[in-house]
Amino acid sequence: MIRTQSVAGRLWVWAVWLLVGFFILNLLGLIATVVVNSFSTRWFTTWLPVGFTTKWYLSAWEEFQLPDIMMATFEVVGAVVLLSGLIGVPAAYAMARREFPGKKFVMLLFLLPMLVPPITFGIPLATVLYKAGLAGSAIGVILANLVPTVPFVILVMIPFIQQIDPRVEQAAKVFGAGTFRMFTNVLVPLLTPGILAALLLVLVRTIAMFELTFLTAGPSNQTLVVALYYAVFAAGVRAGQSVDAMAVIYMVTTLAWLLLALQFVNPTQIVTRAKRK
Amino acid sequence: MRQALARKGIDGVTLLALPAVFFVIALFIYPFLYGLFLSFAPKDGSTLGNYIKFFSDPFLYDTIWKTLLIALPVTIINLAFSVPVALRVRLMVKPKLLTTILVIPITLGTVLVAEGMLNYFGPRGWLNRALLEFGLSDAPLHLIHNYWGVFLSLVITGFPFTFLLTLSYVTGIDPALEQAGAMLGARGWERFRFILVPLLLPGLMITFCLSFVQAFSVFPSAVLLGAPAGITRVISVAAYTAAFEEYDYSMASAIAMIMATVQVGIVAALLGVQSLLYRGPAGGGKG
Amino acid sequence: MSLRDFKALRLDGMSRDFGSLYALKDINLTVERGEFIALLGPSGCGKSTALNCLAGLLPLSSGSIWLDDKRIDTLGPEGRGFGMVFQNYALFPHMTVRKNIGFGLRMQNRPKDEIERRVDEAMRLVRLTNQGDKLPGQLSGGQQQRVAIARAIVVEPPLVLMDEPLSNLDAKLRLEMRAEIRRIHASLGSATIYVTHDQDEALSLADRIVVLRDGVIRQVGTPAELYGRPAHADVAEFMGYRNIIKSHAELGEHLEVTVGGAKLWGTSVDLTASGPALAAIRPEDLSATPDGPISAVVQNAEYRGRDFFGLATTVDGSELYFRSEAAVLAGETVRLAADPQRILVYAA
Repeated sequence: MIRTQSVAGRLWVWAVWLLVGFFILNLLGLIATVVVNSFSTRWFTTWLPVGFTTKWYLSAWEEFQLPDIMMATFEVVGAVVLLSGLIGVPAAYAMARREFPGKKFVMLLFLLPMLVPPITFGIPLATVLYKAGLAGSAIGVILANLVPTVPFVILVMIPFIQQIDPRVEQAAKVFGAGTFRMFTNVLVPLLTPGILAALLLVLVRTIAMFELTFLTAGPSNQTLVVALYYAVFAAGVRAGQSVDAMAVIYMVTTLAWLLLALQFVNPTQIVTRAKRK
Repeated sequence: MRQALARKGIDGVTLLALPAVFFVIALFIYPFLYGLFLSFAPKDGSTLGNYIKFFSDPFLYDTIWKTLLIALPVTIINLAFSVPVALRVRLMVKPKLLTTILVIPITLGTVLVAEGMLNYFGPRGWLNRALLEFGLSDAPLHLIHNYWGVFLSLVITGFPFTFLLTLSYVTGIDPALEQAGAMLGARGWERFRFILVPLLLPGLMITFCLSFVQAFSVFPSAVLLGAPAGITRVISVAAYTAAFEEYDYSMASAIAMIMATVQVGIVAALLGVQSLLYRGPAGGGKG
Repeated sequence: MSLRDFKALRLDGMSRDFGSLYALKDINLTVERGEFIALLGPSGCGKSTALNCLAGLLPLSSGSIWLDDKRIDTLGPEGRGFGMVFQNYALFPHMTVRKNIGFGLRMQNRPKDEIERRVDEAMRLVRLTNQGDKLPGQLSGGQQQRVAIARAIVVEPPLVLMDEPLSNLDAKLRLEMRAEIRRIHASLGSATIYVTHDQDEALSLADRIVVLRDGVIRQVGTPAELYGRPAHADVAEFMGYRNIIKSHAELGEHLEVTVGGAKLWGTSVDLTASGPALAAIRPEDLSATPDGPISAVVQNAEYRGRDFFGLATTVDGSELYFRSEAAVLAGETVRLAADPQRILVYAA
């Protein structure tokens, strides 16, 4: 690549890296304060707390009814991952393999829920779910969360399916595999890495999906992130360390899945749908 | 009949898309249309009552302005920083560590970032402590529970988003094009101006739109880090209040529709500009 | 077109390493004005690295590059004023053909009418008139190639660098463009350095060929020298001497070398004493004749129009590629012979 040789050019490069460094420093500081505070006995006017303790995790566990919240979270997330795979993957297959009239329109239909921010469509959606008596129930929360994830799975899977040579499927048919056997014996194994990547991304996104869950959940099916919102919102009611202990639990849950997902996908894929070669 | 359909590309495989299409129509299109109709059926029985109320009450119509005042500067700053950083990161041999760090705030989401910011940017947080300690400031900076709190939170979650999108467009440009420019005597700035910018512009437009729409729908950080009754009473807060505090779903729908209209309006304006510009592959000629 | 005057480009110990791996080691070469030099070698031999170092796209690890008595390796690519044709052409997709070709002149802030005139001239030279307002994406591969060449030469560079410019074209177009490149080079009078892995291309285009292997120059010579008398066995193998036979050579009144159990007269390249040796013979120089000294059993043979081309195994198990005027069949025994001048013997 072309090296920058002028003094001004080098200064510019330095400035850019300094900026990135400053951003990351603040980002890490921000996360670190949450972790440090969750282990602190008292922390007021010093760099570090007076003493360290783990008692806040116990109290958070009980105060916030974390076992229930964790159960509700995994129930919602599990269902969303499973259903968005079941609905999304076949649709992606159809979109990748067939040209049909109105395909562009269907594509736009799948793009829209990803482009429109959740809070914008979440309010009318929550209204409909309330009218249908589904809001406040786990089913309502799951349905709402599926709205962006089904299109997400489709859009991640389309390029993945396209890069599988259709002749592989034709060959399987030539050797006498029926459509179903072709699907289970040939396609599914080929698609597994892509499906795994797409669903892990859905999982991470759903754990962190605040708006849709917030708008549709009732008290009994709050997910971790919504419970965290209420705890932060009502700051002062409980000890700050207790809130931070819950924040750390949320963070560990999310980041663990993120790290797992990053084994299979590139970080940029969390934002962009398809990695260009 | 079957053959005629198959010739058009409709067969068993095509039908696999049906559940997803049905799903999106039922849970995205229908609620949107439902909301649209509901917004024209206000509690007072008129048709345009909600919209008249919104645009005559400064407490309501100001939210558009307040939201724009946060969303536009944040989007511009995020994009302005993303481009130079992406142009450097593109040259890195192993950018994965950096992109992983940057993906963390997106993954954690605005709620956790808000909690972290309350600690970190607070009057007794590490940032203010460092500023005072190093004599960079005489008094703690007020960075939370005001405009800057929301602004910073949108930079912290928005910059990585904008950056990663920009990076994907930047890496899509064949490095040989820039080398060709250099061989023809173009200096760094000229290569940027005549080669990179024209090729990046379509992608940057899309990035701007997506980042803007994200910033425009700011909600949790406006409540937790801002002054939700004052300067950061953004439009999503108004919609939420109408729906879940006043239980006026009709009004809430109207505000949601206004929110969508502003977003679509800005995006359409930008895409209109873009269609006047070059569109095409960012690679070198064929292939 | 007037050309910036220079007498010679000199590479002085040019080296480039990537960490502990060296890609180029101590390259010394002088290129005269008007010369057409081909950098030839298998992939990974360092020829593209060499070109990028010359272009300024890669900094040197050590050594220097001189244009007459001006040191240029310290300059960036934009400061050297060389023309370059990239493998994938690297045309700017958002600019018309005219804009692409005129880009270099625009960067020199030339007056508009001069740019117009010189772009027209360059388009005529590469025989690409009437395409000026198209975008590169609307052109065929061959046309894109011509635009890339026009863009590189319109600034009248002292040196034009070409990085496997024909590798993306089909066989027929490749022959056509080969002739075009030679013609354009002749009409410019600048020096051209042409990277390729195709020995035919190098032989037909170049005044001198530089054979690179593992980052080191193995031989510099005219096409005739490279074809007729490669300096090393590995160069010979790359230049089409498909039969490289491990052998023993006796240096007496004549050089005697053992091939397929038979003793043949050969020509020494670098052999100074009797001992183990490598014999190199082109398949087309090893022909089947009734009284040939080597006896071998045909493995397979293919008809090539004028003659047959085959592979045979000798009594001592070595495999030889040969040609035959008469039809040969697998399993048949043939007798092979070669002119002593065409059996090159290298010290092993």
